[in-house]
Amino acid sequence: MVNKLIKEDTKMFLTGNEVLAYAANAAEAEFMYGYPITPQNEIMHTWCKLLPKTEAGFLQTEDEISAGFSTLGGILAGKRAFTATAGPGNVIMQDAMSMAEMMRIPFVCAVMQRGGPSTATVIYAQQETRLTCYGGNGEGFRIVYSTAGHQDLFDYMIKAFNTAWKYRFPTFVLADGYQGKMREPVTLYDPASRGIKMVPVEASLLAPGKIGTDRPSNHLRNTFNMEEELMEVLDEYAVDFAKLEDEISEYEEYKADDAEILIITHGIVARSARTAIDELREKGVKAGMFRPITLRPLAVKPLRAAVSRAKQILFTESANGQLAQMILEAVYGLTTPYSTLYKMGVGVTGDDIVEKVEAMLKQPVTV
Amino acid sequence: MTTKILELPPNLPKSQNEEAGASKFCPGCGHGMVLKTLAFAIDELELKEKSVFGCDIGCSLLSWNYMDIDTVQTHHGRTTAVIYGVTRANPEAIGIAYMGDGGGLAIGAQHLVNAAVRGEKMLIVLVNNTNYGMTGGQMSPTTLPGQRTETTPYGRDCSVTGKPAKGAEMIAAIADSDKSYVARASVSNLRKLRSTFKKALKNVNEGGFSFVEVLSICPLNWRTNNVDTWARLQTMEEFFEVKEFVSREGL
Repeated sequence: MVNKLIKEDTKMFLTGNEVLAYAANAAEAEFMYGYPITPQNEIMHTWCKLLPKTEAGFLQTEDEISAGFSTLGGILAGKRAFTATAGPGNVIMQDAMSMAEMMRIPFVCAVMQRGGPSTATVIYAQQETRLTCYGGNGEGFRIVYSTAGHQDLFDYMIKAFNTAWKYRFPTFVLADGYQGKMREPVTLYDPASRGIKMVPVEASLLAPGKIGTDRPSNHLRNTFNMEEELMEVLDEYAVDFAKLEDEISEYEEYKADDAEILIITHGIVARSARTAIDELREKGVKAGMFRPITLRPLAVKPLRAAVSRAKQILFTESANGQLAQMILEAVYGLTTPYSTLYKMGVGVTGDDIVEKVEAMLKQPVTV
Repeated sequence: MTTKILELPPNLPKSQNEEAGASKFCPGCGHGMVLKTLAFAIDELELKEKSVFGCDIGCSLLSWNYMDIDTVQTHHGRTTAVIYGVTRANPEAIGIAYMGDGGGLAIGAQHLVNAAVRGEKMLIVLVNNTNYGMTGGQMSPTTLPGQRTETTPYGRDCSVTGKPAKGAEMIAAIADSDKSYVARASVSNLRKLRSTFKKALKNVNEGGFSFVEVLSICPLNWRTNNVDTWARLQTMEEFFEVKEFVSREGL
């Protein structure tokens, strides 16, 4: 057991990376495995600085491949363990993430997106959306929370541990360099004070009991001999994953009820969208927002309802339509025309959105 | 005259999984001998209940249910990382990472090197049969000079590929001599292999890092009969020195 640092509600002015370390401690995380890559480093810096007080564990690994796989080892040994990464680190960690997907290991990882492809920039982007949702040589049996600020980072990092251990799908907190590096006020709390009970963890390797008398030896396998054998397992996973939409999908709507122009976005860009919507509403423009919080699984029913109500849709992302691709599949059959505002690896401001929406009002989109 | 058939049960170590039945390895493969010997060493030191076995991908993956100890099958090259992940989280555990020469010295070399440097509490068993067996017999880091494989069909040309990697020597050079045990053994002498495994496991049980490279045989991909297989193993033993490289008093 670790020592939890936050015992009562505490308002602090922190960077998002610091918030994530505090959140992991609040969630009773016992071990972090990690490798340095900007812009997520301060998660491990904070985690390490707090170690004398938390009595948790940390291993700085030789690369993200190791960080991913040693996190799996720690989890299989029965610890509430996690890791964090970004950009090229996220790419090479997909190897471990796919093992988590195949073996239903409750892997938790914070992804602080940076620019891509390749090394690109170390600051900010939303270009790891597709990778985090669908990376690896699998089917995207992953749970992905996309956060839009520091309170989200705290809330959803805690939630990620419980979701992972309850449903046993790898679970991600998908944020970005802006959220990681900027400071804003956040209320840290003990999850118990909000009625949140941490899902108990258990060891898959060296579980209690003597082999042969109390339990058989546990052989955890991820290689199959027959194609049908694999499909049988994956069909079960697909059924389990399909149930999640009703159980855990989350979204945020902002003035979306009567929105004629519906802005669909996620993560930090949703903050810009809010600013833009307030400004547009003052000008009498009925703008609103639909922001999926879980990108996997998407809240498809409310999404389709919101899209159906609107006259025009605007997709905006700091990527070239990675979210939009997933949304368009989910709203198949609906005919609301849409336009896009994509800035690859660059922040989208409220002004950008206002300008774009005003252009859409002057000349409505038709496809 | 009636013939009486004596039913002699096989002498299996307790740490070997009886239910797994016959070895899934190719006829003549060395893996079965290495695993059985390892299991006997675990029995002797009474470490079964503390041990976690991780197997790599490649031929090693067939050992996923071979031992009667908790086992995790990992990805190619990643067994070392998974197992030190386990022992970091559970320092009581005896971590055993089992791999071939490709898994240890090529695709997983960074983990092997760093585990040795950090002195991770684990035993790495690297079974060296000088080729990638499961994938059909390609050149591996330890393929002997001149050896024919699928990717060196005219024999390994060291002027193009470099010389064979000597894993035990490399690990001996970087491991902390105060807490490490590094040795190379061979399936030609299972008694010696067993005592080597015992020292290696004892060292891990005392918190140390152990690396044992085992020279092994692959008659299928070597395309050798019994006599030639044995001769090839002897050639390997001339090239790869069989000895303890790092040890300490009391093991």
